[in-house]
Amino acid sequence: MITPTHYMLLSTALFIIGVLGVMLRRNIIVIFMSIELILNAVNINLIAFSYQLQNGIGQVFAIFVIAVAAAEAAVGLGIILAFYRNKETINIDEMSVMRW
Amino acid sequence: MNQAIAFYVLSAFILGFAVLVVSTRNTVHAVLYLVLNFLAVAALYVLLTAQFLAVIQVLVYAGGIVVLYLFVVMLVNLKRPPEDHSAPQRHSWIGFGLSGLVLLELAVIIGYGSIAPPGPANAQNTDLAMYNVEKIGMLLYTDYLIPFEVASMLLLVAMVGAIILAKREL
Repeated sequence: MITPTHYMLLSTALFIIGVLGVMLRRNIIVIFMSIELILNAVNINLIAFSYQLQNGIGQVFAIFVIAVAAAEAAVGLGIILAFYRNKETINIDEMSVMRW
Repeated sequence: MNQAIAFYVLSAFILGFAVLVVSTRNTVHAVLYLVLNFLAVAALYVLLTAQFLAVIQVLVYAGGIVVLYLFVVMLVNLKRPPEDHSAPQRHSWIGFGLSGLVLLELAVIIGYGSIAPPGPANAQNTDLAMYNVEKIGMLLYTDYLIPFEVASMLLLVAMVGAIILAKREL
């Protein structure tokens, strides 16, 4: 029997993989993909509880999360392109122009 | 029983492809693994009787966002991967430690949560599963109409922002 705890453990593991990607990789495109993994982990949680409670509100919130993820991807990739045009790199260690 | 088998197989796919996304050196391969990961998550949504979300997942994530990533990877066209040149101040064990700490915290939260009594028993083939799109649509256009409109404004603003950021000169 698959309980919500199983789904929470799955989404926790996915979340941790995403956090590891954000913290360990230097390539900013991979970091953005890790953020997508984190948002997917959130969605799995929302829909698992929507199924458990037989309540559609969780799925509505998952749609909002997907909309925000799409907006985030568009703006973030635009920033990456603008940065690459100026610096010829996508290594986050070299992204220190805004640092004081 | 079938549900358990499907859950474990899909979980293995989701986690395996997620690890590959994070660990692959070649960025194009990482993007393609991300597509497979999103498709496995969409299959999990079908298992949870959220058919509409599964379709949205395939259309928006596997179809739209991933193509955007592929475009950027192709446009950026790196000669040397960013991981190659060494950064002396880089301590990857700090990253491992902090991630482990988050994992511990979430495990404790889930541990406490699973002690608490479970919610109402889930009945198969109820209204939410049978009339999935109708239920979601009713919620979106009645109770959550204003958040829905705000989300559409957010997408418009993101579109304008992405165009302005990507333009060479205004």
